Amino acid sequence: MSNVPDNLRYRESHEWIDPMQNPAPVGITDHAQAELTDVVFVDPPKVGTQVSAGQQVCVIESVKAASDIYAPVSGEIAEVNEALSNDPGLLNRDPFLGGWIFKIKPSNIAEADALMNADAYRKHIG
Amino acid sequence: MSDPSPLRRTPLHAVHVEMGARMVPFAGWDMPVQYSGIVEEHKAVRQSVGVFDISHMGQFIVSGRGAEAFLNRVLTNNIATLQPGQGQYTLLLNAHGGVIDDLIAYRTSEREFFLVVNASRIDADWEHLESQLTKDDDVMMANASDFTAGLAIQGPKAREVAAAVFGNHDSFPAHNTILVTMTDTGPMWLCGTGYTGEEGFEFFMPAETAEAWFRKIVDAVKAAGGMACGLGARDTLRLEMGYPLNGNDLSETRTPLQAGLGFFVALDKGGFTGREVLVEQKTAALPDKLAAFRMTGTTPPPRPHYPVAVNGQVVGEVCSGTQSPSLGAGIGMAYLPVDAAKIGNMIEIEIRGRRFPAEVVKKPFYRKPAV
Repeated sequence: MSNVPDNLRYRESHEWIDPMQNPAPVGITDHAQAELTDVVFVDPPKVGTQVSAGQQVCVIESVKAASDIYAPVSGEIAEVNEALSNDPGLLNRDPFLGGWIFKIKPSNIAEADALMNADAYRKHIG
Repeated sequence: MSDPSPLRRTPLHAVHVEMGARMVPFAGWDMPVQYSGIVEEHKAVRQSVGVFDISHMGQFIVSGRGAEAFLNRVLTNNIATLQPGQGQYTLLLNAHGGVIDDLIAYRTSEREFFLVVNASRIDADWEHLESQLTKDDDVMMANASDFTAGLAIQGPKAREVAAAVFGNHDSFPAHNTILVTMTDTGPMWLCGTGYTGEEGFEFFMPAETAEAWFRKIVDAVKAAGGMACGLGARDTLRLEMGYPLNGNDLSETRTPLQAGLGFFVALDKGGFTGREVLVEQKTAALPDKLAAFRMTGTTPPPRPHYPVAVNGQVVGEVCSGTQSPSLGAGIGMAYLPVDAAKIGNMIEIEIRGRRFPAEVVKKPFYRKPAV
């Protein structure tokens, strides 16, 4: 049973965002990391990039495949998690805290309301 | 977009699902890519032992007075050098010297041979062999692929597993040898081969007996500290050894000499299909050569079809590529112009529009640490 924290919002493509923080951290869910297994490389976005909700912003790579990561909301990339460049496995071990991928300064935080809450995401991953 | 023909299932399919494997299409089969994780399974094989379902692979039995002469006419290695019980890696070529398949051929008796071929090439191999056969050859061929299952037990503790499952009598096949024995449930072919670079064996049996053997072997593998492994680990393990995968690194448009497999081509044994092209390549020059490369520094893993550049110009693409779990670095193979394929030469791999440096290195990528 994978962990789905109640305080986060979720995309169908398995990104999470913490809308209570600004800038808001974004990562992939416990379910996603378990599906990917063994993340070996994170290709982060550039700080300062303007992105819109649903836009592909970076790539994470497991041994088997490269997976696109999408912006849950529109805004500016404010920070990237440097720790992942030396230790991409952090994303597997601690997906919701230490394994955040980037932080985004939302241009319209109301977009987060359109994302799934924890209950809806739990149903989504069945 | 591709043919939606249903995927084939090995006799162990339900057991894989029961064990929580992630199933993916491979060579027309629905196969386990991993059970717990590719890296964990990879390390189990390097450090203790793993078991793989290889029931998708094909088995042909070629027998008769003319079997040796026929196989020597269609395969590159010299099969006449094999004593009963011995096997060799060899290649099946088309008339242009291109690789139809790479396989292991065992001599099981003076007039009988057991061939183990790639799953993706069973039909192509069979059609080619039949097309080369004439009625004067005095050869009988049987395709046992549909009713034969296979397991590969690989790793430093493979002997321990063999002893636990078969008892302590001499049932562990030496490298490149085959033991054919009869058990309570039918014949078994024990082959001293593998695709991982570790000690181990491959074990073929009647399909309907596979599940009982698999469960018994999984238990013995776990008791020895290992685990069941999927095709994901099989691919990273073989690539660390620089072993080619047909369809990635071998094709009908390139010869074994271009693939660096000249050791398995006996040009002096007499005529065989494709020989003229190989002799010409040997005396003139190779158009290109399969080179092994290792990414320098921290980069995304190289993957098949990524462009490869030499001196700034794209000259080809990655055939096989992955992140090596043992080395913690990106590794791969690509066909390069011969002068660019020299050990130590720097090339670039293009990943999502950016170019990353890589060095041409000697195979294997991984060597067992000295004990």
